[in-house]
Amino acid sequence: MDSIFDVLIVGAGPAGLAAGLYAGRAMLDTAVVEGKGPGGQVILTHEIENYPGFAEPVSGAELAANMAAQTSRFNVTMLNSPVEELKLDGKIKEAITPEGTLKAKTIILATGVTPKMLAVPGEEKYIGRGVSYCATCDGAFYRGKRVAVVGGGDTAVKEALFLTKFAEHVWLIHRRDSLRAEIINQKRLLEHPKITPLWHKVVTEIHGGLKVTGVTLMDTRDQAVSTLDLDGVFIFVGRKPVGPLEGSGIHTDAEGYIITDENMQTNIPGVYAIGDIRHKAWRQIVTAVSDGAVAALSAAEYIQDNFQEDEK
Amino acid sequence: MIKNITASQFEQEVKQSDLPVLVDFWAGWCGPCRMMAPVLDEAAAELEGKMKVVKVNVDEEVSLAEEYEIMSIPTMLVFKSGEPVDMLVGFMPKSNLLAKLNQHI
Repeated sequence: MDSIFDVLIVGAGPAGLAAGLYAGRAMLDTAVVEGKGPGGQVILTHEIENYPGFAEPVSGAELAANMAAQTSRFNVTMLNSPVEELKLDGKIKEAITPEGTLKAKTIILATGVTPKMLAVPGEEKYIGRGVSYCATCDGAFYRGKRVAVVGGGDTAVKEALFLTKFAEHVWLIHRRDSLRAEIINQKRLLEHPKITPLWHKVVTEIHGGLKVTGVTLMDTRDQAVSTLDLDGVFIFVGRKPVGPLEGSGIHTDAEGYIITDENMQTNIPGVYAIGDIRHKAWRQIVTAVSDGAVAALSAAEYIQDNFQEDEK
Repeated sequence: MIKNITASQFEQEVKQSDLPVLVDFWAGWCGPCRMMAPVLDEAAAELEGKMKVVKVNVDEEVSLAEEYEIMSIPTMLVFKSGEPVDMLVGFMPKSNLLAKLNQHI
């Protein structure tokens, strides 16, 4: 007979790892299943300076590795497999993977988000040849080069600042004339001698030969077209939710983020959603781990209330 | 464990190889490269005897990264008869990776 976990967590970013830590420490039979390595979006971040407990900035990769190690201390099973489908209508919930079906009394979804593409001509063609979605990974290849960052949110601003370590000059291309980033980083960006913001501009095409040589820009106010010669284009135009939700019966908002109550429970009892996949105002590492703790404690209570009798 | 090779070993290990070779360009500070590492370990085991898999650390082997114009990591190049014939960029799950690599076996 297949084993039935008390808590099955889908996704091993900060939210999923925190839920695993709390569930494991509560002596629940817990598994975390993840199709990629642990860490989630955090590992793409060069430096994190707003996660409490670290007086000096910590790298995303290091923070993620520490979180995974901490969760592993509490007998949590770590499974490396992508979840393709969820079956949530029975009392025992099921997650289907290429390696088989995982069963659990409760499921916590922590599948997160993935970066959006610009969807312009040339973008896909030049991935790895001048188009990048990870400044931490690729910044060092642009030493002394001309690069642009597309976007005006937190990530775009932080990555533009990071790229100044390597690039000769950084242009920030944004379709509005104001940023939606933390004030401290906005100030750093606007005062930076190596960064030039290009307001009211959208990229309509990325061009080049074997590698990127530039972009075509259009002004959003008068549709004026211009070009900018570049060696690299870094794209940070937001993220979209990901997860095997189709046919699961889980309620989401119009954008696909999962709606929960304050205990992180979805419309299906015993099924929770945490971290960036959840419909909420602020997506931070610290809010993700908070969601994880709340969901694990809620799941423990749900198991107590709904399964205790069966096992007597 | 997949072997990390140096520029001086590249000729022997990659260019002179009888089998096709997958070369993974990576670095320790690259998150997606770390994610890719266990996937590559599993893929290498499954490809045993059909394709060779090696790694190049771009920090230590700058000349190789420059020669093959690596601009993003992880980048994986497929070599056949000493020439690069395909380029895969970024993290991908094992099933996608194997589907792409099977075209070269």
